[in-house]
Amino acid sequence: MSTPAHSAKGTSDTRALALATRGLSKSFGSLPVARNVEIKLPQGARYALIGPNGAGKTTLINLMTGMLTPNAGRIFLGDDDITTMEPEARVRRGLARTFQINTLFAGLNPLEAVTLAVAERRGIAGNFWQNTAIHKETIEEAYDILVRLRLGDCCYQITRELPYGRQRLLEIALALATKPKVLLLDEPAAGVPQEESGDIFEAVAGLSGDLTLLFIEHDMHVVFRFASHIIVLVGGAIFTEGSPAEIAADPGVREVYLGKRKHG
Amino acid sequence: MRIGTTVTASTTLTPQAYLRAQSRWQPIEIAFWLATLAPYVLFPDYLSLASQIAITALFALSLDLILGYAGIVSLGHAAFFGVGAYTAGIIAKYGWGEPLSGLLAAAVLAGLTGYATSFIIARFRHLALIMLTLGFGLLLAELANSASWLTGGVDGLQGVKMWPLLGVFEFDLYGYVAYTYSLIVLFAVFLFARRLINSPFGLALRGIRENAVRMPAIGAPSRAHIQTIYTIAAAIAGIAGALLAQTTETVSLETLGFQRSADVVMLVLGGAGRLYGGLIGAAIFMVARDQFSGIAPQYWYFWIGVLLVMVVMILPNGIIGGLSKIYGRWKRK
Repeated sequence: MSTPAHSAKGTSDTRALALATRGLSKSFGSLPVARNVEIKLPQGARYALIGPNGAGKTTLINLMTGMLTPNAGRIFLGDDDITTMEPEARVRRGLARTFQINTLFAGLNPLEAVTLAVAERRGIAGNFWQNTAIHKETIEEAYDILVRLRLGDCCYQITRELPYGRQRLLEIALALATKPKVLLLDEPAAGVPQEESGDIFEAVAGLSGDLTLLFIEHDMHVVFRFASHIIVLVGGAIFTEGSPAEIAADPGVREVYLGKRKHG
Repeated sequence: MRIGTTVTASTTLTPQAYLRAQSRWQPIEIAFWLATLAPYVLFPDYLSLASQIAITALFALSLDLILGYAGIVSLGHAAFFGVGAYTAGIIAKYGWGEPLSGLLAAAVLAGLTGYATSFIIARFRHLALIMLTLGFGLLLAELANSASWLTGGVDGLQGVKMWPLLGVFEFDLYGYVAYTYSLIVLFAVFLFARRLINSPFGLALRGIRENAVRMPAIGAPSRAHIQTIYTIAAAIAGIAGALLAQTTETVSLETLGFQRSADVVMLVLGGAGRLYGGLIGAAIFMVARDQFSGIAPQYWYFWIGVLLVMVVMILPNGIIGGLSKIYGRWKRK
């Protein structure tokens, strides 16, 4: 399989697509931040999205999750066109994300926060008459998620007092509580010391194989280790994509991304 | 060393037991409600004031539900208090003086007003929200002013005649029935609010307050939640207004006024987002107002100002916040 990375669109992947964008474009004023982006995430994929700072990686996640509205293009979740849906409606259909900068419920503890997310998914968060504590299954599901991410022992501690690495895991726990089909991880280990970032990606790697993953990450060791496919974004457009080996061998990528990183 | 952490020996509890323990009645709460009976014995001459305090506490409680729990800042909450007051007052003036049905009518009408405005409220936050609520408040106040054929305008609504409570208890001059009535209503609504706070919906409200950006990302319909709580809070404010109208047998434009909306900052005194904060804050504010206006009838707001500044400087989380901090330290020893 030594096809040039530039023709990666014709990859042999015949799996059904979990998430796809078609001609996705967005400008802030005269500054284009997404240019005709075509992403195809097959079901169960583990894709990495890389690119230099300001390449528009987070913007792309914001567009796909509905936090930004595209100027042109369509977004599909499975077979459904979700381009005009509200962010929360997309989440309920199975498209979840995490944030590069912690976007947590600082004054709640992890148990409360994840219980809230599970309650929202189960449609009981509008219930203002029953005590939360009687919803045993909801609470147990939340606790299971926390334990899976090794947050079980600190789940009664208020979020703002948790160590930073734990907070990054809680980011993921909150997203998992929505039972996503597709999960977009925006630099899950951002700001975590290198020796700990492995823990976070181990947790990511341990997620169910049915879950489709797209993650943004700067650490190339992590990317090459955990991604089956890499999309390189430069200046809001897809520069190239392909397998880790192809991307590693691509002189163009070296120049725009890998090379530059050595200086920066 | 923070308040609200409530990290007790709870690490040994199961998650379900932990959440249940969070909503359990504390001895201090029972003590608080027993203390509300003290005026009967200790200050029998001040039952009218006690009744006003209970009404103000109820009003503060309604604001706390949106401000303290959902983080919705409002400078026009008196609008709903006023709608409730005029509803109850007008019904009684035109021949139906039965208090409980008047209370219900006031709750429904204030709730409907809240629901109608909630569509706009739920789309905004922060400063825009302050302006919007302020605008709605002023709008309604002037509406009531101009519709003097109905409201009595600046002269206030006269000729409100209440029937005896439950057909038995006549409203007396000493405020005995008035206080009992206000206190029971306050307690009943408090029980409702307490239940709401400990429900999944209450958790969702705290979620909105803690991080409005994250809410859509966990699939939460924040706007729908905000509309619900705004409507509920409006209805409760309406009940408070109705209580005032019924126990004083008059309604003035002041019930709708900006001053009343602003006075609810007394929540800050007690501590927002703590249910009891509004109740304690209201009690301190009303007593202070009563005392200060006796000392310096013209300048008493000066002292209210001093009180506010002091509390915010010394106890940034309000009186309840400060107390629970001290309590937390003491418990840890």
